[in-house]
Amino acid sequence: MINLKDNSKINKMSSTARTTTLSTTEKVTLSLKKRHQKERRFKNVGLFAVLFGFMLVVVLISDITAKALPAFHQHWVKIDMDYKANWLNIDGSSKQSILAKQMKKANYRSALKKSLYLMFPTPSGKSLSRKDKRQLFKLFSSNAEFTLKDTLITTPEHLNKQISVWVRLDDDVDSYLKEGFASGEAGLRLSKQQAQWIKQLASAQRIESRFNFSFFTASDSREPELAGIRGALTGTLLTLFVTLLLSFPLGVAGALYLEEFAPKNRWTDFIEININNLAAVPSIVFGLLGLAIIINIFGLPRSAPLVGGIVLTLMTLPTIIISSRAAIKAVPPSIREAALGLGASKMQVTFSHVLPQATPGIITGAIIGIAQALGETAPLLMIGMVAFIVDVPTSIVDSATVLPVQIFLWADSPERAFLAKTSAAILVLLTLLLVINLTATVLRSKFEKK
Amino acid sequence: MNSPLLFTVLLCLTLFSYWYGMKRSLKVAGGNEHKKNLTCLPQQFGLLTAMVCGLPALMTLLIFNSAEQLVIEQLFTTTLSANIQSLSSIDLGLYLNNIHSLASSEASKTLLTNINSSNELAMQEQYKAASTLQALKQQARWLKTALVLVIACVSVIVLIKKFSLTFPARQKSETIIRGLLVASSAIAILTTLGIILSVLFESIHFFKSVPISDFMFGTQWSPQAAMRTDQVGGSGSFGAIPLFAGTLLITFIAMLLAVPIGLMIAIYLSQYASAKLRAFAKPMLEVLAGIPTVVYGFFAALTVAPVIRNVGESLGLSVASESALAAGLVMGTMIIPFVSSLSEDAISAVPNALKEASLGMGATQSETVIKVLLPAALPGIVGAILLAVSRAIGETMIVVMAAGMAANLTANPLDSVTTVTVQIVTLLTGDQEFDSPKTLAAFALGLMLFITTLGLNVLALKVVRKYREQYD
Repeated sequence: MINLKDNSKINKMSSTARTTTLSTTEKVTLSLKKRHQKERRFKNVGLFAVLFGFMLVVVLISDITAKALPAFHQHWVKIDMDYKANWLNIDGSSKQSILAKQMKKANYRSALKKSLYLMFPTPSGKSLSRKDKRQLFKLFSSNAEFTLKDTLITTPEHLNKQISVWVRLDDDVDSYLKEGFASGEAGLRLSKQQAQWIKQLASAQRIESRFNFSFFTASDSREPELAGIRGALTGTLLTLFVTLLLSFPLGVAGALYLEEFAPKNRWTDFIEININNLAAVPSIVFGLLGLAIIINIFGLPRSAPLVGGIVLTLMTLPTIIISSRAAIKAVPPSIREAALGLGASKMQVTFSHVLPQATPGIITGAIIGIAQALGETAPLLMIGMVAFIVDVPTSIVDSATVLPVQIFLWADSPERAFLAKTSAAILVLLTLLLVINLTATVLRSKFEKK
Repeated sequence: MNSPLLFTVLLCLTLFSYWYGMKRSLKVAGGNEHKKNLTCLPQQFGLLTAMVCGLPALMTLLIFNSAEQLVIEQLFTTTLSANIQSLSSIDLGLYLNNIHSLASSEASKTLLTNINSSNELAMQEQYKAASTLQALKQQARWLKTALVLVIACVSVIVLIKKFSLTFPARQKSETIIRGLLVASSAIAILTTLGIILSVLFESIHFFKSVPISDFMFGTQWSPQAAMRTDQVGGSGSFGAIPLFAGTLLITFIAMLLAVPIGLMIAIYLSQYASAKLRAFAKPMLEVLAGIPTVVYGFFAALTVAPVIRNVGESLGLSVASESALAAGLVMGTMIIPFVSSLSEDAISAVPNALKEASLGMGATQSETVIKVLLPAALPGIVGAILLAVSRAIGETMIVVMAAGMAANLTANPLDSVTTVTVQIVTLLTGDQEFDSPKTLAAFALGLMLFITTLGLNVLALKVVRKYREQYD
């Protein structure tokens, strides 16, 4: 090693021959600092990229969670309902059986209105103006009259009595209350007068926030305070049921053939190329296939989980075949050879020895395929699973929608309260995906231990 | 019987024939104690019988069901009176719809009484037609039930007649199973064929009314105009250039974010990160890949787009509320894990000897990465990027929710653009008749999408394969 100080002395002597022989080492030494700096910079850029990736995950999840939280509780209000028989158009003197029938048909809306006007007397004692009446009635969910009806039908003794009943508030009022406590100031979609009424109700301890069970037990609705995900969840389950029922056996059978039986020839190559390409075809193209062939040629019903399941099967089949093949390939050849040596036929080897060994891997692959199908939206839009459906589907040929499509529909809705509903539905979807993927991970680790 | 019931019956019949086949084989052998005389196990006889019972009948059921509607329609149209048959296709369709809803909503008895009671001749004719349709459907149902059950029973009887001590039941059932395996693997081919046929036929249909050159090179896209009947084919309003340009713009923005970040993540995780960080980072990034696209769409439309708009406006720029930038950035986020995992594969596929030689010569880690690893892994990385591009082009939900509908021909990322996939969704959701150029245009766009993504995938696979050969 040459001392740096000596180097500089030699340089000063400006002997050309000596500098050229020494300069390489010298240059390296001199540039080391710079190069190490570059190295550190490069490393930091890499670290930054990884952290940026983390940040994206955190921002995405926390943003959606923050938006979703308001949807899980809901404000209810206690009103003093007068079940006056003449307001309800019920003939109070009738027999029990006729009374029950009349209660089902009674006019709860007008009775509710009249009770509300009594609850909010004007200072002057005169009745409310028409506009005020309309505004007052708008504070309550359109579902309130049905809550009142159910209350009366379960406890018929309430007839002709004044009873306190809890009913839902309208979604605009609900959002107003969630943004801050009832201040009496006019809100985004609430007039000054309405805000004052809410303040009055709140100070009388008549407003209460409850956990929103109906989000999980109700179906879609035009009214945000009533809309729930049960219909979409059922649709998702039915669709995934069809998908699993078709794609699992078909995928495993296809993989078994390609791994265990297929001769190495053009036909096999052609199938493999097809599978690899299908795995990369945009999902919306599968929707076009479903629309043009499954619905228009085979005449299966539009919007049905059956068609959705078939389309998702075709879409996830390549994933399942590819992962199943990997699992089958991982079975040691010694097992096959031992079974063949004992005189088992090729088919017996495959079904009694290879398949059981490969099962955990195959199931993991199938679960991943199902997770992919669970989050898919675009092809289902093509086959009409995008309709507004209030009924919970009961069979695979009923009109239905699925959770991702429900999210898409709600995200498009103009009502502000649907924003929280959408985020909450997304949280449910992500939770489902998490559960599915965790199952796959647990299975995989169990499999690897063996 | 309706199809689900028939299917259940068939299933029971199949289970029964498994048991029956076993019994018959034992009988042939001469009792349970002589079953060693058979060349195959009784269970194998049972399996063969069950398959012979179920498979042909099931196939018949499926074929019958898929052809049923078409045949009934044909038969029914021939029974209609001449003046109705001579109606234009749209009016005829309306008329048929009417009859169908009558036939499915009314009981056959009410229809018969209505024929006599209604005094209008046209109504009488409709009721009569509906009643004919019902009768046809009834006949079809009977035919189907009879056909399926007869086929199931006859094939079992024919099979059982052949049973003998040396009957090769196992070999036969294995041949059938093998056939089933081949058929399942061929579904991939059928799917590809189905995709090609469905988009190709409708596209050809479309190109009859709109010339292919207008579609490929036209700069005006306004499919709504074609809804007017006096505007034949809506000429001039199906130019897809703005859609292609919009798709490319959003894809470009997405790549601008995803490629550098994804590549740096791949380099850092494969060269620098400790095992602990890797174990944590990989699943974390997989989360990004596993989030459904509709969630990204929501995030783009309701979180990112307003932020970009506010930032842009505070800088004095005019930003569209559905800017290409928002959709592109979020799409880029979605693609980061895709790029990073594929590039990591490519980098770790480079032989270690190359890396060690470079480090041994005194190069720093970063110099080794930039001058040795990346050039060696370049084909793999290019392949990864091509696959990512193909994915971005085909991505639907993010752009449907976050990009606009208006077909602007612009390169300004703050403007609103529309993409091929957005237009496919817009054209095909909602009710419209299937033969209008508006609907068919969606299939033409689908064809373009399919060809592009297929081309990119084939290209990517070729690039990767060529590079693999280099080191193997």
